[in-house]
Amino acid sequence: MKSMSVLDRLLLLATGGLAAYQVVVGVEGLGGLATWAYTVAFGVLLLAGLLLIILGFEALESPLVVIVAALLPLSLSLGLVAEYLPAWSGAYMAFALLGLTAIVITRYLAPGKAATITLALVHGVAGLLIFGLPLILSLRGAAPMGFILVGIGGGLIGLGGLLLAFLKAGKPLLPAETIFTLLPWLLLFMTAAFVAGMAMA
Amino acid sequence: MNSPVKTIPSLPDTLRGKLRAYWPLIKSLQTGLLLVTGLAGYMSSRCPVTTWPTLLGLSGSLFLAISGSTVLNMVFDRDIDARMARTAHRPLPSGRVSVGEATLLGIVMSALGIGWALLLSPLYGAVVFAGWFFDVVVYTLWLKRRTPWSILWGGISGGMPILAGRALGTGSIDWIGLTLALAVLLWIPTHIMTFSLRHAKDYRHAGVPTFPARYGECLTRITIALSSIAAAVAMGSAAYGIGMTWGYLRLLVVLSAGLLTLAISSLARPSWRANFGLFKYASLYMLGAMLMVAAGGP
Repeated sequence: MKSMSVLDRLLLLATGGLAAYQVVVGVEGLGGLATWAYTVAFGVLLLAGLLLIILGFEALESPLVVIVAALLPLSLSLGLVAEYLPAWSGAYMAFALLGLTAIVITRYLAPGKAATITLALVHGVAGLLIFGLPLILSLRGAAPMGFILVGIGGGLIGLGGLLLAFLKAGKPLLPAETIFTLLPWLLLFMTAAFVAGMAMA
Repeated sequence: MNSPVKTIPSLPDTLRGKLRAYWPLIKSLQTGLLLVTGLAGYMSSRCPVTTWPTLLGLSGSLFLAISGSTVLNMVFDRDIDARMARTAHRPLPSGRVSVGEATLLGIVMSALGIGWALLLSPLYGAVVFAGWFFDVVVYTLWLKRRTPWSILWGGISGGMPILAGRALGTGSIDWIGLTLALAVLLWIPTHIMTFSLRHAKDYRHAGVPTFPARYGECLTRITIALSSIAAAVAMGSAAYGIGMTWGYLRLLVVLSAGLLTLAISSLARPSWRANFGLFKYASLYMLGAMLMVAAGGP
């Protein structure tokens, strides 16, 4: 596995710093659910950055990564739903909790096809929301154009997730070395896009 | 026949050489972290940090007192250090600094630090002295070679800089200062026990009683997890008492969640990697928490 360079560490540190900043500043005027959902999302980004710096890319071999990686899109999409589609927040929160529980259960009790389908379904819904909702809201004029950046961040998160998922499945889309070189950049650009998009919203 | 020419080192070269030899004696990272806790304790009292003479006095006196106690600790533990591969290269066991020289350095630094602290404020000086006393006399001289519970006293000593800083800022010892010191005390097992798990063989070889050697790895990991939870609760309570803003409190919750997750993960799936991650993260957690205590006030 690729060893972590100083540049990788600096990029991850910048990612962690941006995520910490977003946790501290939050988003003005939000209710409790949206605030905590965003806190979990950016908190996961911060902790992921720190743990990658400490443990290197080998940290990605932990079985917990799949669960933690699901927390990020689920909580971020929950925050977006709670903020922009409050009428749906109860139903979506139920989906998020059930989805996360299903991922945990299938990962440990029924690994294989059931686990993969559950993961793809939950990630797919959350990813589409993060990518599509900011896009639709901005184009309709319901949110400032800068909010599109959150959707771009969603696209980047999806790209990173796909690269890692196929790598873990043993059918990498790119050489492993390239994926690990790209990963810190993807994490930084994704976090920067989220933070900038939320600041402009 | 020409006799070999002896070059006499210049004074700056001699001083540089001495400083290079002395620097490892003060364990700069550990001293730096304790100094940061002292500064955070002071700034948590919301006294104007622009009182530069006081801030300078606090930094100087704490640095000297903590460094002095660390040097004396190195002097008393030089035989242990010589028996462990990890520490055998330190200045005293390797002979780069003589025992007399290090003892004098430790005494002078300690006396200057405690004296300066007493001049700044008798209460602050008393707390700094208490920290020095617990570290040098109770922990190092008395208990370290007798019982693994010595880390409790090491922990109390580690909590003194933050209490001292807070006492200097407020002029009294309040519940917030005590809770901050308690948070540091409860954090110490996470730091020390993960370290002794990692270097168990070394400590056994040197004859130093450690928690894992006496009570086993499983109980040690349970203790680490419980003390991490307690440290996070204490830190959160103190932060709330200080009046930390909501945003910083959220960040503290996130960092505490990371500490708990790693402690529980190390308990559920013990491994060298999990232990190393927890050890490193615990230091980052304390540094982050201290920065928030210093900057996160209303």
